[in-house]
Amino acid sequence: MNDVHRRLNAKMVNFGGWDMPVEYSGIVAEHMATRTAAGLFDVSHMGEIEVRGGRALDLVQRVTCNDASKLAVGQAHYSGLMNERGTFVDDLLVHKISDTHYFLCVNASNQDQDFEHIRAHNRAGAQIENAGERYSQLAIQGPKALGILQRFTTAPLDSIHYYHFVFGQVDGADCLIARTGYTGEDGFEIYFAPEHSEKLWSALLDAGSEQGMLPCGLGARNTLRLEASMCLYGHEIDETTTPWEAGLGWICKPGKGEFLGRDILVRQKEAGVDRALVGFEMQDRLIARDACAVSIAGRPAGRVTSGSPAPFLKKNIGMAYVPAASKAPGTEISIGIRANDAPARIVPMPFYKRAKV
Amino acid sequence: MYPSDYRYTKEHEWIKVTGETGTIGITDYAQHELGDVVFVEMPALGTKITSGQVFGTVESVKAVSEIFAPVSGEVTEANAALTSTPETVNNDPHGAGWLIKVKLANPAEVSGLMDAAAYQAFVSEKETSA
Repeated sequence: MNDVHRRLNAKMVNFGGWDMPVEYSGIVAEHMATRTAAGLFDVSHMGEIEVRGGRALDLVQRVTCNDASKLAVGQAHYSGLMNERGTFVDDLLVHKISDTHYFLCVNASNQDQDFEHIRAHNRAGAQIENAGERYSQLAIQGPKALGILQRFTTAPLDSIHYYHFVFGQVDGADCLIARTGYTGEDGFEIYFAPEHSEKLWSALLDAGSEQGMLPCGLGARNTLRLEASMCLYGHEIDETTTPWEAGLGWICKPGKGEFLGRDILVRQKEAGVDRALVGFEMQDRLIARDACAVSIAGRPAGRVTSGSPAPFLKKNIGMAYVPAASKAPGTEISIGIRANDAPARIVPMPFYKRAKV
Repeated sequence: MYPSDYRYTKEHEWIKVTGETGTIGITDYAQHELGDVVFVEMPALGTKITSGQVFGTVESVKAVSEIFAPVSGEVTEANAALTSTPETVNNDPHGAGWLIKVKLANPAEVSGLMDAAAYQAFVSEKETSA
């Protein structure tokens, strides 16, 4: 795929060992195309791990914090891969293919350690496959994504509910077609054998460009997910953060039974968290960036986890950890940007929510 | 591509000298590497800048880039239009996207900078190795 991206004049960057496109026509244009028409993302770097066998569910339940027993066949959910401390080894999507087969989509740079972690906790004897090499992935996102993708498949895309998936052919290639995404838009993520990559990419791009679709790189992927207030591993979540702190209580289900870190998470929920992830908007023209210091009333209060201009909202936004007592929307905070203490205000998340059709 | 009457730095700034005044901007190569420029922070009028030292910041959606002074001098004008249309740095980096004008402290410094041919060779080398 590298040659394909370079022919489109993509700026490439080494991302966790993968040569990835950062941008093609420009982050702003790509971001806006995804919000108003469609964007096509090559996300083949994402990792896949498959868990099979009669004990597959037991293992998925043991290592993740969401309740996979609630998934129907053909349904997916967002979850956290937990360690014994109740913090994130990774975040992931769990797809239930059958009662004895779960398909996990994990972060590229964490794939091998995720696999080792799951294997180390596989007391039940499930079969685990580190399957990243067997899959490529494209994401087609935006209000026109469904119409563009539908031209290449007989799968009835409109009848796939959000966070559900089907198996079907796209332009003749066998695919797992999931109505999921990381942009805040409607859209699909399709998984298939790597030999189909170039053909599918080119076919979708040709068909989509007539409708304003643009190829998008990691730059727009980041600004889109930030506007939609989605977490990025290594920024909002990592091995020091718990789901409660990260505002991800909706994926943490201690009531489901034993899992890694459950006792600590139950205690933290009872005691309350010390810090909380919040969203903020800059009040002047300065742009907060990752790792900028946050202060409240002159006292050090935390750090920015992600900060950027938001191309669609046309504001400078970010996420940061602050003391839980100071997390209320409206709270005035300061962001250390070069020599400035720049004013910002805590706002409710998500920053951006698409209008439901 | 690179105007022949400008001089260039290895940090990808340009300077055009007219009499005692130097107009300073960032090169087409620099704007392309940065991507969509969304904010330009420039020194106040009267600020003394020093050759090789940071005098301002250009921010794109994805990155912050410090701007280094190609020469020493005193800031006599900043491009106020960039406050409302920073994207001019992308659209016309060698023209309307200029950043500041300075009164040169030592005009001889200019001859130590790269000419257009040398700068073109410098960036071609970077593009090949990238």
